[in-house]
Amino acid sequence: MAVQAAISPANPAAMQTSVSDGIYTDDPVRLFALAAVLWGVVGMLVGVIIASQLAWPELNFGISFLSYGRLRPLHTNAVIFAFGGCALFATSYHVVQRTCQTRLFAPKLAMFTFWGWQLVILAAAITLPLGMTQGKEYAELEWPIDLLIAVVWVSYAVVFFGTIGIRKVRHIYVANWFFGAFILAVALLHIVNGAVIPVSMTKSYSAYAGVQDAMVQWWYGHNAVGFFLTAGFLGMMYYYIPKQAERPVYSYRLSIVHFWALIFTYMWAGPHHLHYTALPDWAQSIGMIFSLVLLAPSWGGMINGIMTLSGAWHKLRDDPILKFLIVSLSFYGMSTFEGPMMSIKTVNALSHYTDWTVGHVHSGALGWVGMITMGSLYYLIPRLFGSKAMFSVRAIELHFWIATIGIVLYIAAMWIAGVMQGLMWRAVNPDGTLVYSFVESVKATYPYYVVRLLGGLLYLSGMLIMAWNVVMTVKSGKPAAAPIPAVKLAPA
Amino acid sequence: MESLYLLIPLSVGLVLIVLAIFGWALNKGQFEDLDAEGERILTDEAGSLDTDQAAKPHPTGK
Repeated sequence: MAVQAAISPANPAAMQTSVSDGIYTDDPVRLFALAAVLWGVVGMLVGVIIASQLAWPELNFGISFLSYGRLRPLHTNAVIFAFGGCALFATSYHVVQRTCQTRLFAPKLAMFTFWGWQLVILAAAITLPLGMTQGKEYAELEWPIDLLIAVVWVSYAVVFFGTIGIRKVRHIYVANWFFGAFILAVALLHIVNGAVIPVSMTKSYSAYAGVQDAMVQWWYGHNAVGFFLTAGFLGMMYYYIPKQAERPVYSYRLSIVHFWALIFTYMWAGPHHLHYTALPDWAQSIGMIFSLVLLAPSWGGMINGIMTLSGAWHKLRDDPILKFLIVSLSFYGMSTFEGPMMSIKTVNALSHYTDWTVGHVHSGALGWVGMITMGSLYYLIPRLFGSKAMFSVRAIELHFWIATIGIVLYIAAMWIAGVMQGLMWRAVNPDGTLVYSFVESVKATYPYYVVRLLGGLLYLSGMLIMAWNVVMTVKSGKPAAAPIPAVKLAPA
Repeated sequence: MESLYLLIPLSVGLVLIVLAIFGWALNKGQFEDLDAEGERILTDEAGSLDTDQAAKPHPTGK
């Protein structure tokens, strides 16, 4: 009725001062938010299964589609693209509308991105256990699915940038820059690394070969981390932390510097995955140096987010959502310190191919990506379903502590295992022979695999608590359309 | 290393595009009054819009 009120004869002056566009397009947001929680549970469950298989290989059961080699990419794709992806879609669609004060551009296309993305996930869930893979990490899905991803992604870009194009607020809030960079970078990465020569509907060969293929793959792989898992989620961070803390970003100026420095530097870090391989030395050095430089913008962002609580630290005591959001940044800081350290060639000589890499990945994934997503969804979901807060705030608190303990167990186990493996593999006798056989290092790793499994089980339990809480919140809420506030136009 | 003949021009092109976007932002006033923009997301919503969607009826259809 805002439009009617604006033009009613009883208030002619209002015609000149306000215009309302109707309501926000929150249906895709609701669908993606719920899907994120579902895929989080599924992806983490698969993670727990493969962690068990590493400790007890009998759990492969001799069945090909349950084997570790096939389930591992199902886990990585599910947690990154299904869980993380749906969370990014939900939050970016929510944030771009609220900060641009307009509904989504092309709402039907936005709904298409939801169903298209779910189809991608379904196709992954079927093809990966069947062993259809391109063999490229985080890019395993075969070419027909890659084409579908490209179509969905272009649609996503049209919706997102279209919404910015029809914005009612001149300034583009910083979170949207991060989301926008994430969308464009992922498009570029996907297309370049996805270049293949198909030989059948289910099999293709990379357009690149040898060490060039490795370079393209790890340019892609590290930027998947840098743009999909970092820039995108920093967009989330820059909106939901200020909203939950009810304070503006600590330094808006810094957030802009952070953005430009980060997106420039990340593109060059890829070679740190290929230290001491056939990749030319100069490429390895570039990767190492830019990875070290990356520490600065990353920590700039971390500090900016955490210091947003300046003057409001007491809120952390009683607000578990804020705990999730702020602790996620601590893990972000940890991982973005650990990463550059591991990019140093000498350090990498020890860490490469060990479980330290796995520990590093999961401190970033469970600590940063997982927790910022959980905090953001705990803020977002009640508001999408007509409530002021989640059904149970105590369950959020419980989730937080279980998740944190799980992460710590996971990382610590993998650190110890990884360094141990690195040291065992390089130990030589005075006569130059190796002290340990490879299988001895596998045997020594066993207890750490069990501890890691425990950590993962805790993290999954936390996610199940969240799923319960979300279901209860949705059932008890009353979803209604969110009217877009009237934007004041300049007086005629 | 022939791929460098493609990769280096491509990368330079990308950098130029990024610089162009930055220049556009600068000229369109994206970097004016930054502190107010940071505050804006906290004040923009009309009251309880995001905290309780149950209250208001639709003004128009979807």
